[in-house]
Amino acid sequence: MLSLSEVCKSYQEPDGSRLPILDVPELSVAAGEQVVLRGRSGCGKTTLLNCIAGLTSVDSGRIEIKGHDVVKLPEAARDRFRAKFIGFVFQTFNLLPAFSALENVLLGMTFTDQRADPQRAAELLKMVGLSHRLTHKPRALSVGEQQRVAVARALANKPVLLLADEPTANVDPAHQQQIIDLLRDACRQEGVAMLLVTHADEVANQFERIEYLEQVNRAAGVA
Amino acid sequence: MSFWKIAWRSIEQRALASSLTGLSMALGVALIILVLVIHNVFVGQLSNDAQGYDLIIGGGQGSRFEVVLSSVFHVGKPLVPFPYSFYKKFTDGGEFAPYVEAAVPICLGDSFQTDDGRQFRVVGTTPEYFTAIPYGIDDEGNEKQYKFRDGRNFRRENFYEAVLGSVAANRSGMQVGDRFNPTHGISAGDTKHDAYEVVGILESTGTSTDRAVFINMEGFYLGEGHAMPLPEGEQAPAEDDAAADDGPRPLPESQREVTSILVRSNPDLPTAAMYIEGKVTKGDDRVAQVVAPRPVVHQITSKFLDPVRLVLLVLTVLIVVVAGISVLVSIYNSMSERAHDIAVMRALGASRRAVMGVILVESILLSLLGAAAGILLGHAVLAIASPVVENYTGIAVRPWDFTWQELLLAPGLVAFASLVGLLPALTAYRTDVARTLGGAR
Repeated sequence: MLSLSEVCKSYQEPDGSRLPILDVPELSVAAGEQVVLRGRSGCGKTTLLNCIAGLTSVDSGRIEIKGHDVVKLPEAARDRFRAKFIGFVFQTFNLLPAFSALENVLLGMTFTDQRADPQRAAELLKMVGLSHRLTHKPRALSVGEQQRVAVARALANKPVLLLADEPTANVDPAHQQQIIDLLRDACRQEGVAMLLVTHADEVANQFERIEYLEQVNRAAGVA
Repeated sequence: MSFWKIAWRSIEQRALASSLTGLSMALGVALIILVLVIHNVFVGQLSNDAQGYDLIIGGGQGSRFEVVLSSVFHVGKPLVPFPYSFYKKFTDGGEFAPYVEAAVPICLGDSFQTDDGRQFRVVGTTPEYFTAIPYGIDDEGNEKQYKFRDGRNFRRENFYEAVLGSVAANRSGMQVGDRFNPTHGISAGDTKHDAYEVVGILESTGTSTDRAVFINMEGFYLGEGHAMPLPEGEQAPAEDDAAADDGPRPLPESQREVTSILVRSNPDLPTAAMYIEGKVTKGDDRVAQVVAPRPVVHQITSKFLDPVRLVLLVLTVLIVVVAGISVLVSIYNSMSERAHDIAVMRALGASRRAVMGVILVESILLSLLGAAAGILLGHAVLAIASPVVENYTGIAVRPWDFTWQELLLAPGLVAFASLVGLLPALTAYRTDVARTLGGAR
């Protein structure tokens, strides 16, 4: 379902030289599979997720999702592709403060070709245990509740792949397991593959497949 | 979720800044509304002033504008008058009588000053001024006749009776039964004439009649300085003859002059006006001239009022431009704090064009809300001010009359808001998602 081959990404340094960030010869995730990506800070985890999501362009290589090479898609098509097939859960939740929980989920549906479905948005929030918090703005929600809204939003368009970037990093230990359980159950329930980045052993150890970025990314040592 | 809702949430999020920006737009639009409505009211009023008669016979020396300004609007210096005998040509048995339905003489040159310095023009005329000539046309096309708010019309035989226009009555504070002394000339220091008694006050007409004081022409002629010298060989009436009567003796016709005549031509003779004009204006002596007032009023509005309106509109449009720039500054300044929200939307699949569209819609929404508030504010100001304006000027402002130009405001503002929203929209367009959401590496 997700397949990366020979993906390279570098940034230009102030002196004009190129600093390689990613050099991934091969990485794949099967449909519905849940994979953890581990790595120390600064080894390119977030850049890799951004490249897969099409938010950052790569220098070379192929990133195939559902048979489409994201790299070759024009930017506008890549945006539509991302909206339709990829869900994103951020470390800092990234809910929009002006919108209610329900509206934040609906916002995830806004940029696809299909109409936003308030009923599905409400069902997703019910699934994450927030049916009583639909009209609450993010500031009125606890940190754990905010992350649950973020999970519901990521699943809003029935994506094929959910990218989670340190989803428990800002959640207190008591709620970490709830978030992980929620993500895994929701992805199973929706049939969504998940690529989760974390540096926490207690999170990573729950997954059947763990990939270490230092091994996957040949540029990790350089960066 | 529509872009409108996303934009509205953003406006809500910055409620204070958005309100102030919208207010500045509202004030600009309200000023445009005021200029448009007031100009239209003035033009309408000026046109109303020239209704009810189709010709003015004025003094032969002077321009058409002077004739209209002094005879219709009661402003400016009156023209040199013509002999009463000329006026007689328009009355029973006169040369022009068959071509005339009504001919009302007016004598100008006097004024009335109140103790607190307010001045009103005094018009000497006959009672027919209020009965033979209507003052305008209502919405259904019917001619409007003068009505008295208090009292009655003055009587021909009572030389020292007067009728006040509604504004003259309101501003002078005079009521029926009060007496006043007109001044000879139009400056406060001139000679005072004998006292007149107010016998009637007119209802508001929305014309210059509201601002004038009307006195019986017979009394006017008896005022100091109003009589022409007796023609050679003619004897003045003996004093003892006058003493035999109860009242004053009328001035002999040979000593009388008329400033102008308001003529309503005979509707059964379509060429009546042309005939009178040809005979009077092209006569050898050119004692008087014939002026059709409506074309002159139209010229006055197009030559004087339209340029003023243009200048005022340019100024108010500049105010709206400044308000538009404040919309730009408000949204642009918020872009750094909203970069994160925009990046999140992009991460959720919004294209660059979509986030640009959201910002443009926000600019348009803010401008349109400000404009809607401005239109309401402008008309509300007119509603509050209209009784005061009517009381002081006699001009009836109908505050909820909308002008067609207001319809242009909406598309104009949408275009303008799109323009001013372009800069912040381009900033949104260029947002670097990965860098803004953090963790570029």
